[in-house]
Amino acid sequence: MIKSPSWKAKGSWKSLLLWLAPILFLTFFYFQPLLATFKMAWQVGSNQGLTTSVFNKIWAPLSFTIWQAVLSTIITFLVGLPMAYVFARFRFAGKAFLKVLVTIPFIMPTVVVAAGFNAFLGPKGWVNSLLISVFDLGQPPIQILNTLAAILLAHVFYNTSVVIRVVGGAWAKLDPKMEQAARSLGASPWKVFQRINFPLLRPSILAAILLVFLFDFTSFAVILLMGGPQFATLEVEIYIQALHLLNLPTAGLLSAVQLVFTLLLTAGYSLINRRRVVRLTPRDPDEVEKPIQTAGQKMMVVGLVFSMLVLFVLPLISLVFRSFLRLDAVRGERGMVQSGVTLAYYQELFINRRQSLFYVPPIDALKNSLVFALITVVIALVLGLLAAIALSRKTNWNRLMDPILMLPLGTSAVTLGLGFILVFNRPPIDVRSFPLLIPIAHALVALPFVVRTLQPAIVSIPETYRQSAAVLGASPWRVWWLIDYPILFRAILASGIFAFTVSLGEFGATTFLSRPDLPTIPIAIYRYLSQPGALNYGQALAMSTILMVICGLSIYIVEKLRLPDVNDF
Amino acid sequence: MRFTMKLILVLSIIVILTTACTSQQKEEPQNAVLNVMTHDSFAVSEDVVRQFEEENQITVNFLQSGDTGAALNRAILTKAAPQADVFYGVDNTFLSRALEEDIFEAYASPRLDQIPEKFKADPQNRVLPVDFSDVCINYDKSYFQENNLPIPQSFNDLLDRAYQGLLVVENPATSSPGLAFLMATIAEFGTEGYLDFWQGLKENGVVVVNDWETAYYTNFSGSSGQGQQPMVVSYSSSPPAEVIFAETKLDEAPTASLVGENMCFRQIEFVGILKGTQNRATAEKFVDFMLSQSFQEDMPMQMFVFPVNQNASLPEAFATYAQIADKPASLDSNLISAERENWVEAWTETVLR
Repeated sequence: MIKSPSWKAKGSWKSLLLWLAPILFLTFFYFQPLLATFKMAWQVGSNQGLTTSVFNKIWAPLSFTIWQAVLSTIITFLVGLPMAYVFARFRFAGKAFLKVLVTIPFIMPTVVVAAGFNAFLGPKGWVNSLLISVFDLGQPPIQILNTLAAILLAHVFYNTSVVIRVVGGAWAKLDPKMEQAARSLGASPWKVFQRINFPLLRPSILAAILLVFLFDFTSFAVILLMGGPQFATLEVEIYIQALHLLNLPTAGLLSAVQLVFTLLLTAGYSLINRRRVVRLTPRDPDEVEKPIQTAGQKMMVVGLVFSMLVLFVLPLISLVFRSFLRLDAVRGERGMVQSGVTLAYYQELFINRRQSLFYVPPIDALKNSLVFALITVVIALVLGLLAAIALSRKTNWNRLMDPILMLPLGTSAVTLGLGFILVFNRPPIDVRSFPLLIPIAHALVALPFVVRTLQPAIVSIPETYRQSAAVLGASPWRVWWLIDYPILFRAILASGIFAFTVSLGEFGATTFLSRPDLPTIPIAIYRYLSQPGALNYGQALAMSTILMVICGLSIYIVEKLRLPDVNDF
Repeated sequence: MRFTMKLILVLSIIVILTTACTSQQKEEPQNAVLNVMTHDSFAVSEDVVRQFEEENQITVNFLQSGDTGAALNRAILTKAAPQADVFYGVDNTFLSRALEEDIFEAYASPRLDQIPEKFKADPQNRVLPVDFSDVCINYDKSYFQENNLPIPQSFNDLLDRAYQGLLVVENPATSSPGLAFLMATIAEFGTEGYLDFWQGLKENGVVVVNDWETAYYTNFSGSSGQGQQPMVVSYSSSPPAEVIFAETKLDEAPTASLVGENMCFRQIEFVGILKGTQNRATAEKFVDFMLSQSFQEDMPMQMFVFPVNQNASLPEAFATYAQIADKPASLDSNLISAERENWVEAWTETVLR
């Protein structure tokens, strides 16, 4: 498969070994199913005959997809970069909590997030109700739902954490002395960012741009639920064509277009990213961050913390409140609001009232979700670490592998999911009896996040460190353990958390793989929401609250991890 | 070099260990296994299934595969090497597509004589009716009472200015009740006239969302989400569900359905034996079981659908609060299969653009 005789770069066979596991994994679990779907679409298409009118169906969704992704990415960075700076440079109360908070969106099912935004900004939401009563208006003044603005808002809500983790993580390791020196020589803050921070952060910023853009580019549930029926991205169009009109050839064509675009984008990225990176002494983030000193800094931090609370807490907190509220009496007798606090929804979660075969005990759902997420973390971290180390070794393989690694993130989940069904249909790997396929599918999406978080961190380590350690007699393994690992520790943590949240949030392809005997929390939530009634709605919100609290707590604990021996380097 | 080897070795061991640990937990079932592919909305009481399993010394494995379209797609795509013995959940809007793809084997169940002719769709019995539900507009009773609004009696009433902005519907391109409702309007106004009606609805401020969950819980004022529109496209079984799943006991359903002539579209769901099954005899028994009284009487509370078996009696809450449309709209399933895409596209052009 990968035997190129003409290829003789120095040390390259070692890189090849590093590449082996990621390549095998992607070939088997990504390219194989993907090609199966395309082959099937092609067969059906050549039987039915593709009409030329199909090409008219490509342009509108493609241009909208790109347009909204560009806009979303720009706004996400405008919001995320200042937050990344504040996180990297300042020490303030509640920082760890805020860091967990921004990851919560990743793990919440979009249907719940959409309900949260509606409760917050909808026609009958808090903000509108407040404005109506204060200014005595007849109509709700804010009409954001089902507009492009709602899509952009939701994308910012989801992706700001990528900017904070990827860019903020790198920023925290930059020595602030350079900034201080430039400032004392009279450079403006903007000039400092432009001439010092940006060039040094460039690999991380580019990586974050690519991740955020691809995430927005393949956006699906946000477009459906927040944008409403007026908007369709390629991914939405593929879903409609494949699963509602059963038009596989058109779906295949659209996902091929999506894939080609992703490939071009990632190839462009790795071209830009090949510029030399300045390697500087990385600093311990704990040492670099400092308490707030001037009034200006205080204003900035307070302002940002406040806007984060607005963006991340308000949409979700209303759902948490709602999961404890009894509201039934409002209906039937309007005007007689008899709301009260109740634990009924939580109690009801533990009762299989209808003796249903598909009743999901909440503890089991939680356990399944966490086990799947942990396996995803292990697979994605192992493969991602190998790939990121290989990528940092400047060989010819990189030009090819770098874009390929990113592909799963830009691939239609429906197409991939159908491929899983087509390919894995006999033992030992059978979608009907091989539960590991679910974390494997999650790992495919988590892998690009892991690689893009780790690779900039690896290349930032000065080679002289490793050389000095080696000269002093350390074995390569010890060099890795003593130099690379402590410096990478935070990046590994951050990427592990990405993989964890990607898995918990469920991803489209797994709807085909879901198993009634191993239900996860998102499945349980959808199950409640698919039937009418106050108890169902309340239980869905109660389950979402449990998901939010347990996963927030586990991320918080992981964040608190410190390396026992090494603190500064 | 040694470093690289060690690293790879260690990491590979980790992967192998996690793989091994997780895949060993499954024990081989002693009984033969019958695979039943369904959509995600499928539900059944545990004891009903267990009884079937004990009587037949078999383990039933349900494969839930997304919504109706996704599940049917799975059955069609894997027809060369079928992943299940029985498929449940194809409805009359997808029926002719399924029959065209030739994924079912004919089976004339002896229980068919307990099912009225009006539910049967295939003379060859490749698919057998299991349940039906009426997709109707639900309304928030208290809103109409408070505002002294008369209840609309026909689709044309909905064009009245009095109901401006009061109705939320689902996008037929992304939602199965949305598609069913579109079909009802086509049955009522004909393939020529339905777009004019929708143009009128659009001018009267109809709200369109992509899925039932959003329409019902976010937009509908009669649900716990307490939205803005007092009318929503849902099912005639939703009002009893509101009573059954009330948080505090209700004496009366807070919502009701509009069940005038042609205002509801009847969705019938079918079961069929998948072509190429190795378990034909057990598959037949399972189909019989789905048509039997015990399963048919269990369905309403589990899936909120109505039984087709005339001997099955309805649970009390259903008998009290559910309305069944006397004259539901229906369309020929061949016509649906031929025109579905065109209808949806024309609808999109008219209502959304």
